[in-house]
Amino acid sequence: MHAEEKLTAETFPAEPEKATLEGKNKFIGFWLFLGGETVLFASLFATYLALNKSNGTGPSSQDLFEIPLAFTMTMILLTSSLTSVYAMYHMKNFNFKKMQLWLGLTVLLGAAFLGLEIYEFKHYVHLGHTITGSAFGSAFYLLVGTHGAHVLFGLCWALTIMIRNANRGLDLYNAPKFYVFSLYWHFIDVVWVFIFTVVYLMGMVG
Amino acid sequence: MANNTNNTNVDLAYRRRKSAEEMKQHVISFALMIFLTIIAFIAVGSEQFSPWFVVPFILLLAVIQVILQLYYFMHMNHKGHEAPKMFLFSGILIAAVTVLCFTTIIWW
Amino acid sequence: MSTVAQKKGFGATLWDYLTTVDHKKIAKLYLIAGGFFFLLGGIEALIIRIQLAVPDNNFVTAGFFNEIITMHGTTMIFLAAMPLLLGFMNAVMPLQIGARDVAFPFVNALGFWLFFFGGVFLNLSWFMGGAPDAGWTSYASLALHSEGHGIDFYVLGLQISGIGTLIGGINFLATIITMRAPGMTYMRMPLFTWTTFVASALILFAFPPLTVGLLLMMFDRIFGTAFFVPSMGGNTIIWEHLFWIFGHPEVYILILPAFGIFSEIFATFSRKRLFGYSSMVFATVLIGFLGFMVWAHHMFTTGLGPIANAIFAVATMAIAVPTGIKIFNWLFTMWGGSLKFTTPMLYAAAFIPSFIMGGVTGVMLASAPADYQYHDSYFVVAHFHYVIVGGVVLAVFAGAHYWWPKMFGKMLNDTLGKVTFWLFLIGFHLTFFIQHFLGLMGMPRRVFTFLPNHGWELGNLISSIGAIFMALGVIVLLYNVVITSIKGEKASADAWGDGRTLEWAIASPPPEYNFKQLPLIRGLDPLWVEKMQGKKEMTPAEPLGDIHMPNRSILPFIISLGLFIAAFGFLHHPDGASWSVPVMIIGGIITFGAMFLRSIIDDHGYHIHKADLMDDDDKKGVEA
Repeated sequence: MHAEEKLTAETFPAEPEKATLEGKNKFIGFWLFLGGETVLFASLFATYLALNKSNGTGPSSQDLFEIPLAFTMTMILLTSSLTSVYAMYHMKNFNFKKMQLWLGLTVLLGAAFLGLEIYEFKHYVHLGHTITGSAFGSAFYLLVGTHGAHVLFGLCWALTIMIRNANRGLDLYNAPKFYVFSLYWHFIDVVWVFIFTVVYLMGMVG
Repeated sequence: MANNTNNTNVDLAYRRRKSAEEMKQHVISFALMIFLTIIAFIAVGSEQFSPWFVVPFILLLAVIQVILQLYYFMHMNHKGHEAPKMFLFSGILIAAVTVLCFTTIIWW
Repeated sequence: MSTVAQKKGFGATLWDYLTTVDHKKIAKLYLIAGGFFFLLGGIEALIIRIQLAVPDNNFVTAGFFNEIITMHGTTMIFLAAMPLLLGFMNAVMPLQIGARDVAFPFVNALGFWLFFFGGVFLNLSWFMGGAPDAGWTSYASLALHSEGHGIDFYVLGLQISGIGTLIGGINFLATIITMRAPGMTYMRMPLFTWTTFVASALILFAFPPLTVGLLLMMFDRIFGTAFFVPSMGGNTIIWEHLFWIFGHPEVYILILPAFGIFSEIFATFSRKRLFGYSSMVFATVLIGFLGFMVWAHHMFTTGLGPIANAIFAVATMAIAVPTGIKIFNWLFTMWGGSLKFTTPMLYAAAFIPSFIMGGVTGVMLASAPADYQYHDSYFVVAHFHYVIVGGVVLAVFAGAHYWWPKMFGKMLNDTLGKVTFWLFLIGFHLTFFIQHFLGLMGMPRRVFTFLPNHGWELGNLISSIGAIFMALGVIVLLYNVVITSIKGEKASADAWGDGRTLEWAIASPPPEYNFKQLPLIRGLDPLWVEKMQGKKEMTPAEPLGDIHMPNRSILPFIISLGLFIAAFGFLHHPDGASWSVPVMIIGGIITFGAMFLRSIIDDHGYHIHKADLMDDDDKKGVEA
């Protein structure tokens, strides 16, 4: 299958992301990368769990974290995971315009998440919880901040592929790119599930 | 390519139906994830339960939610995911060992 | 684009190598860079041994000695051993599985340049205020208080190099998973490919903890965070855990490819298939898995407690079992075979007892209570040099001789090879055997001098004399390389005559596309299978057609350069330099800008047309 062949809904393969060798390689390569990222985030989580009670004279996790904000951010990110699933559904159905629409929604939700997180960090700094103030502060900002940096990178990635391919429609050259992005986005959500559980919820428990 | 007949319209219709069914599964998974999240937040927010119960409970809910993400949203239940499964589970194993170490043999 | 060799000027050759995405050329880059850093690490070793040759010596100052031992270890492991092995994996693995390149050729080049710039950055420390001096393990309690920028060079340089290695690992894994030739099932892959596979999996999982550890150290030193600062609630043990969760799998990343090289050599030069193939594969995987479960045996004396110590001690001893399986299988391969003691086979034969000696002292060290006595003494130094030099370095020399004809089209001189072998082997045992006893007699490691009349003088002197032998052996090897490139004996496709695996089925050196037609694999040792049926070549698995090749690119070099530049900004940030943040930003823009450019340009490669391939038959190098 030639990557830039013009296809129709009938000739578009059932698994467009894997129909070329390049696509298969990207698919496997990205899952491998996610395996490595799992260990990366585990190291950050482990460091956090070792240091989360060392707030020194600064505020503790019970003092800082509040349910409404954490819940809102979680709902936004979770929904953005669903919107990216819809985008892939439309990609499989060869519906380029709808795929772009749902990807756009994903980006908007991701940006909203990031905006709330920036607000949250500024609020904590105002309360005396800083990255250099205590080991707890260092561990918190590095773990949650690394996740936030991954979200930011994902947004830039999504916008790049959406804009770059806007006039091309779907073909076997760009289908793997969209698919790999959606895998990345789901992984970001998986990491957040552990962040809201381990950092926020466990941090609020007595 | 899933060519079960020579009639591309039938194949297309079949594929569309399969896609739509799968999408339904995804929406159900999503609803479950929201539900699990809400329960976790209530378990903590209500302040009615002892931490000895709440912490393992919310961790379990997180694990279930992650399994739903992996198997449904990320298509790990589809054919052709043997290598991804192997590498992701190895990663999870090493991740678990690392977290276990940091929470047991590091102290003051 | 013609595939006929062209006479190139220096500028054209330089540009060729700066922009190549061909795994064979990238392999040569790794070998050259790795070889250069091996020489650098060797000079650092000579300085150590000169300083310790006699008691109360003042060849170097104490502070400088600390820098030398740190750089010797760091250079040898990260900048010499790993790149040399990555070079062999790059050169040989795609050929062994019947592939035309790796899964991601652009990323392959990027991996090399990241490693290269990381290594250069680290070594610039010598000229920019002092090298790191807290040991290659850089424990936080010492490293945070190291004055000057040495540790920052360590952190930033290794971070950049480490990203390169990580992406190399992902590349090899994806290649082996998706690009094996038709008929090559996993259980028909050669052992060197299997060890590449498992070592790459180890790279994938071991480098992230190092990345996190280096990140934490960078933040503590450059941005004032509190991860390792006890007074702010931090804990230096976190560094130790993260470092060794990386560091132990790292040594298996080094030794598994070495085992793979020897598996190939034993089979080829015993003219007999490798004994116990399935158990060799199983043992490789088991070693890889267990390698992640034992890291705290480097931390027995830190106060983990008796239960933790016991668990890690037993797990460590368990690794001896699959390793033993491999040793017996190599011996059984030789038994009853028609042995040919070429230089590679000599190295393989010497590897067996040398590595075993290192392995058994490893089991001694694994006993936690005993380790309280051995810890931080020369006994440990003796152990790890026996396994690394006796294992990895001998394998690198052996692999160089074995695959030189395939990579460069010429045979290295076998007589000179044997001279290097004997000089190096004698020197190696002279230097390190006596160190076991120095350790048992109480000599601590990482000391810049020792007092007379402790009974350590003779041992240290012998140890230093051994270093001279090793240096002479390496000089002879360099001479061998130079002489060969000027007037070496040309090599045929099946250079040693007894090739069993696919790399020996194509010309030496191979054409840029490796295989004109992907071969059909009919069993283990696929070339041998064809030979036993009287054929001279592999059966093709596809008709002759256009071959799709990737385009060259300068972007990998530029992406790596950007990070190199940004690192200088990070380096001087704690000094309050006003230009530190602008430099970080400029470097970041170069890197991310080049990545962005790569994402938006369409690079579909080029095709070598069928007509040119048919012409090539007459103009290629010597066929088998």
